Amino acid sequence: MAGISEGKAPESNGESDLRFDLREHSVRHINGRLHGDLSGIRHVAIDHPDGAHNLAVGVDAPVNIDIQGHAGYFIGGMNQQAEITVHGNVGWSVGENIMSGTVRVKGFASECAAASGHGGLVVIEKDASSRCGISMKGVDIVVGGSVGHMSGFMAQLGTMVICGDAGHGLGDSLYEAVIYIRGKDHGLGADAREEPMEETDRRKVAGLLEKAGLDYAPSEFRRIASGRTLYHWNADAEQEY
Amino acid sequence: MADRLEGLALEENATYDQEALNYIQRAARYGMYDIRGLGAKRSLPGFEDLTFLTGSMSRYPLEGYREKCVTRTAIGTRHAENPIELDIPITIAGMSFGALSATVKDALGHAASEMGTSTTTGDGGMTPEERASSETLVYQCLPSRYGFNPDDVRKADAIEVVVGQGAKPGGGGMLLGLKMGERVARMRTLPPGIDQRSACRHPDWTGPDDLTIKIRELREITDWRVPIYIKFGATRVFNDVKLAVHAGADAIVVDGMQGGTAATQQVFIEDTGIPTLAAVRQAREALEDLDMRGTVQLIASGGIRTGADVAKAIALGADAVSIGQGVMMALGCNSPHYWQNGEAVSALEDYKALGTKPGYCHHCQSGKCPVGITTQDPELEQRVDLEEGAKRVRRYLQTLNMELTTLARACGKSDVHHLEPEDLVALTVEAAAMAKVPLAGTDWIPGGAGQ
Repeated sequence: MAGISEGKAPESNGESDLRFDLREHSVRHINGRLHGDLSGIRHVAIDHPDGAHNLAVGVDAPVNIDIQGHAGYFIGGMNQQAEITVHGNVGWSVGENIMSGTVRVKGFASECAAASGHGGLVVIEKDASSRCGISMKGVDIVVGGSVGHMSGFMAQLGTMVICGDAGHGLGDSLYEAVIYIRGKDHGLGADAREEPMEETDRRKVAGLLEKAGLDYAPSEFRRIASGRTLYHWNADAEQEY
Repeated sequence: MADRLEGLALEENATYDQEALNYIQRAARYGMYDIRGLGAKRSLPGFEDLTFLTGSMSRYPLEGYREKCVTRTAIGTRHAENPIELDIPITIAGMSFGALSATVKDALGHAASEMGTSTTTGDGGMTPEERASSETLVYQCLPSRYGFNPDDVRKADAIEVVVGQGAKPGGGGMLLGLKMGERVARMRTLPPGIDQRSACRHPDWTGPDDLTIKIRELREITDWRVPIYIKFGATRVFNDVKLAVHAGADAIVVDGMQGGTAATQQVFIEDTGIPTLAAVRQAREALEDLDMRGTVQLIASGGIRTGADVAKAIALGADAVSIGQGVMMALGCNSPHYWQNGEAVSALEDYKALGTKPGYCHHCQSGKCPVGITTQDPELEQRVDLEEGAKRVRRYLQTLNMELTTLARACGKSDVHHLEPEDLVALTVEAAAMAKVPLAGTDWIPGGAGQ
């Protein structure tokens, strides 16, 4: 295992852990190791990410991965099983196409967070930029702060919980995904509509907030879902298409 | 009055001809654009407007029936640990499960494997059947990301990032509710029976700089094993090829205006993009400009039908071609009958119900394909026999390959990849200008150097 420091990582429980330093190891080296045999390894630490892209992508193992600082694009992309935490901010498309597990960003996220995610949970503790949850397909997303414009665009399935505000065009062309928002929106997108919060909605929001470690009252959230008027061609809808 | 009309010639108005009249009257009636399948109906400059200058005195032909002509083709030699090695430079283009039935996808896999070439997934993801039947399977990463997942990414032999399609560059796909069956809907994470509109752009990148990083993500996930293609509809080909190379593509698929689709707006099919002929030449020039020819492979697609088309595309600069519609027609698309238990069964009534006839059908969007190719209806799907379908496609590919090598040998080439633009001349001024080969009998290339 040349080039890999074996040792105790922060928050380690003392089990066999891996520690990488981006000043010494390449992204390729780290991802290659994360795609290999991780049996017996519960925790991986990645130090000095310094904006590196594509860290911890394609991981398919039940490990905890801590990225100790700000990182670049596509962090935790297509994740399966792993619990990935970025102790800083991230660039575009964090957790894109996530299948399962968790990707958590302690800071801010740029555009397209959790784009086309199929499953698992993505948590952005502060703000996410525009197009958060675009084309989501089953992932749960919790944003502690606000999201930018066109978030949830063409989202098909899954749940997005926004604790702050949303930019314009929220939930444009939604399919069966549901968005819960606590703050104000700057305009809903085509076919998105506000619907009454039911008890099941409040339970769902409470559950996701708890998983995200955020303390808000579910009763403060509004439900945004598809009006389903775009499900079939309708010439009278004109520019709605 | 009758006397006055007698003998009056019926002259069609050139501006408001039958086509324009039909369009206006249809638009006035429905207030909605037309959606249809297949490719452009209009006549476009094509490979048929070129002809080969085969060997005679100044060049020496090879013996057509005896001397070998190499057809092996490597794709993805730039970065991938495992480039694709094909026996023939003719591949099967991406067509989705959803647009096509699962049986057809399976048949295409078998045919491609038997011919030592690749087939390609499509919008809707990878079916286990096509993975099993396809020895070499290219997995498309489309804007919709329906059914896209890392398990299938790792099962792929190459990944094709689809930016656009020749029949609808700049537009997304369509799948009308009639074709959104239970299985298709499940793979696409959508409710069954709805009209699905695919995205026209990817959800996680919006330009070549982002795409560069996205491609590295795909390489990281696959541990740099498989080639990454970029496919786009032919519009601003010269610049797009340069940007695709910059983004890190191992191979580029340029899909010209004659390319087909399962369904899109008529206005996309007929009024966007440039002909394949022009696209191939521009793509080659861009690769040469970057000194990347031979390093980044070029795959041409869009209306390639015959072995001559294949040979001409390769002579103009393609390393391989990709065929979609031709393969569908080999399966029986637009045929008056389908085969069941070895017997021809008439499909004329089904065509009639669609308001069309064999040879004129472009109703892929309807899901009511009379010969069972572009359908999700279980009864119609049975009209394609898997084994017979695979056999027909294999024979078609085999014929194309034989025609390709015949022409290459006639030009004195022992390897089809030795075909070059100097082997071609054009039969029309338009084709000469687009393909940048001389008009036949002259050394004139319209718009060429010194013009």
